[in-house]
Amino acid sequence: MAGIAIDGISMVYTLPGGGEVHALNDVSIDVDQGEIVSILGPSGCGKTTLLNIIAGFLSPTAGEVRMGGTRVEGPGAERGMVFQQGALFEWLTVARNVAFGPRMAGSPVAEATEKVERLLTTVGLQGFGDKPVYQLSGGMQQRVALARCLANDPDVILMDEPLGALDALTREKMQNLVLKLWKDTGKTILLITHSVEEALFLGERLIVMAPRPGRIEREFRLPFPEQALSQPAREVKAGPDFVATREEVLSMIWNMEEEIMGQAEADQG
Amino acid sequence: MDDKTKPSDLSVWLGLADNTFTRQKTVKFGDATAVNSGRFYSILAVAACLAAWIVASVFELVEPFYWPSIDGTWDRLVKIAGEGFRNVALWDHIGISVYRVLSGVFYGTLVGVPLGFAMGLSSTGRGLFDPIVEFMRPIPPLALIPLVILWFGIDEFAKIFLLFLASLFIMTIAARAGVSSVRISKVHAAYSLGASKLQILRHVILPNALPEIFTGLRTSMGVCWGTVVAAELVAADRGLGSMIMIAKNFLQTDTVVIGIIIIGLIGYIIELIMRRLERWLIPWKGKG
Ligand SMILES: Nc1ncnc2c1ncn2[C@@H]1O[C@H](COP(=O)(O)OP(=O)(O)O)[C@@H](O)[C@H]1O
Ligand SMILES: [Mg+2]
Repeated sequence: MAGIAIDGISMVYTLPGGGEVHALNDVSIDVDQGEIVSILGPSGCGKTTLLNIIAGFLSPTAGEVRMGGTRVEGPGAERGMVFQQGALFEWLTVARNVAFGPRMAGSPVAEATEKVERLLTTVGLQGFGDKPVYQLSGGMQQRVALARCLANDPDVILMDEPLGALDALTREKMQNLVLKLWKDTGKTILLITHSVEEALFLGERLIVMAPRPGRIEREFRLPFPEQALSQPAREVKAGPDFVATREEVLSMIWNMEEEIMGQAEADQG
Repeated sequence: MDDKTKPSDLSVWLGLADNTFTRQKTVKFGDATAVNSGRFYSILAVAACLAAWIVASVFELVEPFYWPSIDGTWDRLVKIAGEGFRNVALWDHIGISVYRVLSGVFYGTLVGVPLGFAMGLSSTGRGLFDPIVEFMRPIPPLALIPLVILWFGIDEFAKIFLLFLASLFIMTIAARAGVSSVRISKVHAAYSLGASKLQILRHVILPNALPEIFTGLRTSMGVCWGTVVAAELVAADRGLGSMIMIAKNFLQTDTVVIGIIIIGLIGYIIELIMRRLERWLIPWKGKG
């Protein structure tokens, strides 16, 4: 197992018309092994781009990502991904989706079946193995996505707004599940979100990004995930520390949004 | 809901009354799901056609040369179903036409799907085949009949080759569309789960393309059914198309009409079977 070193990443997209988009500018983050880190920022600040670079789907214009000393050159099973939605294989059952990684690796059927059963229980989907995934609700589908990712036993789990499409109640439940998985498995988790509350609750470290060009604006060290291991989630979220930090981060994001709006108006005028 | 106003199951089945849910809708015009089967009117329409035919036959309103009487047509059907037509059993005429269509579609799929995959997956493939496919696409298969006859004569191979061409480009385009429709997050997910390129082809891109491929199959079947009949009209001694062409030469209007009805029915049955197969084989269609 290893953490990830994100070292001086810049990303410039070249547009078909010839223009350029500076999506990321000199972003460096060191994620320790077993850490859960959340990334927050207004939309368009390069969060997805950053995660795609870490996952190995894009190669950055400058800088590099290293895992355990080796440079990331492409996607790999040691970095699992959980997408917002629509990344499950709708032609497979729940169990077959979860078993996808082990099957591709050629692991014996019996072994994979046993693992799938265990993981479905972990994410609260015991008994749903034979259902087609499209018959499941959005929240259940994300549980399948989590289980599928865990079945491969990755060192790092990368999540791009995994709960973004869920309703508020389901979302809270899923946040607790993510936290529980983090505690139980000790995985390194990097989670992108646009919910401030979620970022605080699921980040030992919170990285706030700013747009144009995408960069790190501020970093917070947060006690809330630790607290939530011993305290009910609602209590943590209602605590004075949590509320104060939430307001601070919110006003930061608000200011950025206002700036973006101002710039957009200036661009138009 | 008031029980007295509840219509009978029969009238709902016939489409004379709306089902319970639709009856509770206040807005129906413009809501496509509020349009029911209208089965009663379907039955009425078919019955009206038959009645017109019966009336015309009884009162001998139409010259049999233009349109046969219904009883005469029935007698003819019984006769050719028993004795065959011009030494070929009716079932053979039907069977050979269906066989040609199935063969053509089979070979068209066999070649077209890999071709479409190559076009969807590789720049070389797209570059090589795009001009040919785009050029062939708008040409009606019937326009190829003369060339195919010049090349291969009028034997069995020529007909199957024509149908192969007819389905080839449909299948190629369908497979290419299927490959292009794969959501990139599914491919990314598979790579992150450790799949190799070959595994992604087999376990992600292929199943993802199956709905489009199947739609292509349905279209192919329809187009080939039309093409086979036309090809048999031009050059064949067996098959439904040749049957009605020969019947025409003998001025047997009743056999011509029987042939047309059978062609229509079989086309319809093929479509029904394909729809069934689709629902059975690809239940995930449109659910990604
Ligand atoms: N493939 C691309 N080509 C050009 N510009 C892109 C591309 N992908 C993203 N961008 C631009 O890069 C910036 C960052 O995008 P993204 O990483 O998706 O942000 P976020 O996930 O934070 O909303 C945006 O301005 C976006 O328009
Ligand atoms: Mg994004």
